[in-house]
Amino acid sequence: MSTEASTPAVLAPVARARRRRPPRRLRPKSVLREIGFYLLVLIVLAISLFPFYWILRTAFETDTEAAQGSTTTGLLPSHLSFSAFSNDFTQQHFLTPLINSAIVAAGATVITIVVASLAGYALARFPIRGARTILGFVLVAGFFPVLAMIGPLFLLLKDLGLLDNIYPLIIIYLVYTLPIATWLLTNFFSQIPRDLEEAALVDGATRMQALRKVVIPVAVPGVFTTAILAFILAWNDFAFAVSFLDTPNSFTAPLAIVNFGQSAFQVYYNRIDAAVVIITIPIAVLVLFAQRRIVAGLTAGSVR
Amino acid sequence: MATVELEHVTKIYPNGVEAVSDVNLQVAEGEFMVLVGPSGCGKTTTLRMIAGLEDVTEGEIRVGDRLVNDLSASDRDMAMVFQNYALYPHMTVADNIGFALKLRHLPKDEVRAKVEEAARVLGLSEHLNRKPAQLSGGQRQRVAMGRAIVREPAVFLMDEPLSNLDAKLRVQMRAEVARIQRRLGVATFYVTHDQTEAMTMGDKVAVFNVGKLQQCDEPQTLYDTPANLFVAAFIGSPAMNLYRGHLNPELTRIRIGEQELELPGRLRGLGALQPFRDKPVVVGIRPEDLNSVEDGDGHGTAGAILQGNVDLVESLGSEKLVHFRLDAERVSGVIGSADDDSSEGLDAGEIAASAATVGTARVAASSRLRAGDETRLKVDTERLHLFDPDSGDALAGPGRVDTTAPSPAAA
Repeated sequence: MSTEASTPAVLAPVARARRRRPPRRLRPKSVLREIGFYLLVLIVLAISLFPFYWILRTAFETDTEAAQGSTTTGLLPSHLSFSAFSNDFTQQHFLTPLINSAIVAAGATVITIVVASLAGYALARFPIRGARTILGFVLVAGFFPVLAMIGPLFLLLKDLGLLDNIYPLIIIYLVYTLPIATWLLTNFFSQIPRDLEEAALVDGATRMQALRKVVIPVAVPGVFTTAILAFILAWNDFAFAVSFLDTPNSFTAPLAIVNFGQSAFQVYYNRIDAAVVIITIPIAVLVLFAQRRIVAGLTAGSVR
Repeated sequence: MATVELEHVTKIYPNGVEAVSDVNLQVAEGEFMVLVGPSGCGKTTTLRMIAGLEDVTEGEIRVGDRLVNDLSASDRDMAMVFQNYALYPHMTVADNIGFALKLRHLPKDEVRAKVEEAARVLGLSEHLNRKPAQLSGGQRQRVAMGRAIVREPAVFLMDEPLSNLDAKLRVQMRAEVARIQRRLGVATFYVTHDQTEAMTMGDKVAVFNVGKLQQCDEPQTLYDTPANLFVAAFIGSPAMNLYRGHLNPELTRIRIGEQELELPGRLRGLGALQPFRDKPVVVGIRPEDLNSVEDGDGHGTAGAILQGNVDLVESLGSEKLVHFRLDAERVSGVIGSADDDSSEGLDAGEIAASAATVGTARVAASSRLRAGDETRLKVDTERLHLFDPDSGDALAGPGRVDTTAPSPAAA
């Protein structure tokens, strides 16, 4: 009766009709089906998330627990120990590799965004003959096997005296980031309606002003997404890092992690996992932040 | 002096397509010029050339005696309302409207005052701080208009601004736009494919087809005196009924199929018709010039009756549309366009092309005709239109003044 009292006169007939609907005959079957569905979801979730859970759990073990192995320590941790984390920073000096990775990934991302934005805008907006071919070429370049590049690049860096130096990596990582960034940004720019720029032009803006005040602000979500992606790609590299970096001080984070657990007597999985957790945090934060930024509805109001 | 002149304006794309051919137009200050025609006829291209968004291949565009061909769109002092509004999605309504003013470095309070005034005129005052995504279609359209009017430009350009609105809103905004334009007294070019918009809004209407200007005149003149078959079929809704006919040697009667109509006396001596004695022509009868003869009230109409069969009757409340079949060959005056998304004028033309034997008559609401009935339609023969079957040019019509060689008119 309360529903009827609260619904306005127009909606009342609908509320009444809902109650008068015949009872569901298939009730037991549909409930079973729903339970089965959610059970399946739970299983899939468990299987996918278990590795991450395990890494997290191992990160909070002490060295002795790690040595004992998983069969003795059980599924759930008895207590949380931050010893692995602190060890990473004090004994293993994890901070330096982290900073190195940050510098290199950030540097590569900045260059990527600048270059790929200009390329993307040109390819999307100007009637360049063979634009599609150029784009295809750029994409294909991204498929080139990284390992095949290591030999020649090593020799080059050696001759330039740039081995064991993180800065060349900024340029080298463009191999990962530019192809996909160009492709993504070309797509983003071509989705921005031409009308917007034309409206800005007719309103009295020069091409540069139109670009600055209209196109770029509208493209920001796309640029942001691309930047995140580029950062992740650059951050995750191992092949180039392991080939060109020698001393621990110049290691990047992925490289440093590998060296953590190496000791003659024990592989310190807890320290490795702690490092993995640390390494994942900036990426996870970025992605979460980016998700809010990628608001497709930003362009919804400009058309129609 | 913000008059706009187009002289022999032509646009040929690099791939050879001639989108606009030899267009000549003059629009005086404060005049509302409508560019109308089916999709792909070149009207939008012409508008964009005026705006500076497309290059002019040949010809000259002048604004107030100043050649603007090479002037960039940013420097032409024209405001444009786009079909999809093209509002800046990342800016508020107030910023959208004030964008052009800010670009010109006007002081902030002046900008704010002008924006608020424009918003008041358009009823947008409560929405000034919203983003376009939060507005309805009609509100966005008004923001687009506000962005244009706040600039007080020399020329207004509008590219089908109402076509994305629902029918009722469109009718409302039609009057609004016309009123605003009249108040501001700015030369305006308005592109539409809707001939009703063209007729109701324009001081002058320029009818385009396949890149060529067919006729540019006041709406009533276009209706009474279309220059050719295309204009005749395009203007007026439902479209003019066009049939193949045959004139007799004395120019007193015209045979349509198996039936005959008596021609008004003034046509006998018409210079333009002389070469067509005993020759085929195309005859046009507007639906409103047909009426249903019922209950024997057809005295004195012997030479002005067409007999046909009723296919369908559509009741509009105020009148009825009778779709009828005659045993005569129909002519389509509208060249079909690639775009199937058509409005009133084009719809009728496309019907003409496909359902080639069905004509339309506007009859009184009191008519009792039903589908399948035999009908006798009274033709207002004074308002017949005659066209050259080869060139499509108009030969005779109700508003047509004979400018060819004078001949003694038989009574």
